[in-house]
Amino acid sequence: MTRDIAVLGAGMHPWGKWGRNFVEYGLAAARTALADAGLAWTDVQYVAGADTIRNGYPGFIAGATFAQALGWSGARVSSSYAACASGAQAINTARAQILAGLCDVALVVGADAAPKGFFKPVGGDRPDDPDWLRFRLLGATNPIYFALYARRRMAMYGATLDDFAAVKVKNARHGLANPNARYRKEVTAEDVRESAVVADPLRLLDICATSDGGAALVLTSMEFARRHGIADPVRIPALSTVTPTFPKTVLDLPDFATDSAMTVPAPERPFRSALADAAYEEAGIGPEDLSLAEVYDLSTALELDWYEDIGLCEAGGAEELLRSGATALGGRIPVNPSGGLASFGEAIPAQAIAQVCELTWQLRGQAESRQVDGARAGIAVNQGLFGHGSALIAVR
Amino acid sequence: MTTTKERRPAIEGWFTTEDGDVRLLGTRCTSCGTPYFPRNELACRNPGCTGPKDGSELEPYALSARGRIWSYADARYKPPPPYVSPDPFVPYTVAAVELEAERMVVLGQVAPGHTVDDLAVGMEVELTEGTLYEDDEAEYTVWMWRPVQ
Repeated sequence: MTRDIAVLGAGMHPWGKWGRNFVEYGLAAARTALADAGLAWTDVQYVAGADTIRNGYPGFIAGATFAQALGWSGARVSSSYAACASGAQAINTARAQILAGLCDVALVVGADAAPKGFFKPVGGDRPDDPDWLRFRLLGATNPIYFALYARRRMAMYGATLDDFAAVKVKNARHGLANPNARYRKEVTAEDVRESAVVADPLRLLDICATSDGGAALVLTSMEFARRHGIADPVRIPALSTVTPTFPKTVLDLPDFATDSAMTVPAPERPFRSALADAAYEEAGIGPEDLSLAEVYDLSTALELDWYEDIGLCEAGGAEELLRSGATALGGRIPVNPSGGLASFGEAIPAQAIAQVCELTWQLRGQAESRQVDGARAGIAVNQGLFGHGSALIAVR
Repeated sequence: MTTTKERRPAIEGWFTTEDGDVRLLGTRCTSCGTPYFPRNELACRNPGCTGPKDGSELEPYALSARGRIWSYADARYKPPPPYVSPDPFVPYTVAAVELEAERMVVLGQVAPGHTVDDLAVGMEVELTEGTLYEDDEAEYTVWMWRPVQ
């Protein structure tokens, strides 16, 4: 039995700081994805919304919010929240419905309108919430955690500020001609170096911004795709959303401490690498089969961590891989041809869906000037924060 | 006239300063030996632990007061509330410290006066108590790391 589902439509509302309601971005993305699939809203049997927690109640029940905006149709609906992996969780919910034979056509939508500046915990005094406490007792903002990882890379593997800057330069170049990217401007290593230090060793241009944006996918059974006249659609053979394994020895938001490895040794595969490994196993392919990767570059340094986590190189090999040009467009394994979070900024519930939009366009050969030649397989991975993360493989 | 403000922990029960000896207060599983910080009183989280997992297996445990820096970073911009920032904002440093016995990494601010330039991965540090913020009534304290003198 096939475990594949088909991606029939992909659509996005451009990322930016538009100052409008998130529903508008989701609606625009949904309509674009439906048009791309050649389907009408009334053909959709299942709607999976990815939740945003910064836009009031409509964001907590995003599936219903988008269904209402599109016009109540009696479709079945779900809403998912899983921090940065919310979009992947919504895709996974739709995928399970399709594979179980409960529906043929599903629409996945995620959108966000992001506040300015640092993400902060949701409102109210909650001294028993670790996310509230990490701000209160440590001042540990998200960039602090990213900076801790970055400094660790420098100490362990000799990463330099120039390496971090080179990731930004590469991704900015990739995003230049992406009509959905927020930042479409060349960035030089000097620009990165001279941007303000936010959390040493990371500069402003090392850290992804927060953005408004929306992304949507139309997912169907393979049989429906064929009936619809698409014999060779982009397929999703694997999506992993595994949890960490005890003891989780890599510091994660919003932790005050890691698990102790005193009584149980640390797992062979830390969290991010376990996410990718489970997806490879499910798809029956390995990193050597990839044409491209979209990785969650919350910071430039994190992109380097991902190279190792998804098996593009050994631990400590990311700097060399980057410096060789292998991960730039035209290289052996382009990473973040979309421009990545560096060019988009993070629109949390939309981001994992946007990564799959990019894989879809790349695998169809529709990525225009950022096209990876002969793309046949891609992975999209999403930072495991708060214990959630995802890895999705798409092939054609 | 100068008055000395009362010093209060910014959070109850997370650390102790008895006899000037600053220790982080966690718990430890009496069945499998796994230590936890912050305090875990719910159930041992080691899936392989054969204890009752109803909380009765967890006892108070004071963590090692020294460790080595796993990584460190600083904050150059004022974070959002609920961080209580002086006005004007004062940058601060955060260290992730590896405790050898417990084999875990614990975060803490670094005592004021130490910047990232004074720190290195692998450097030995120890716990101290420092003022996190103050109001008219009191100074609110928290555990902090500082290089071993």
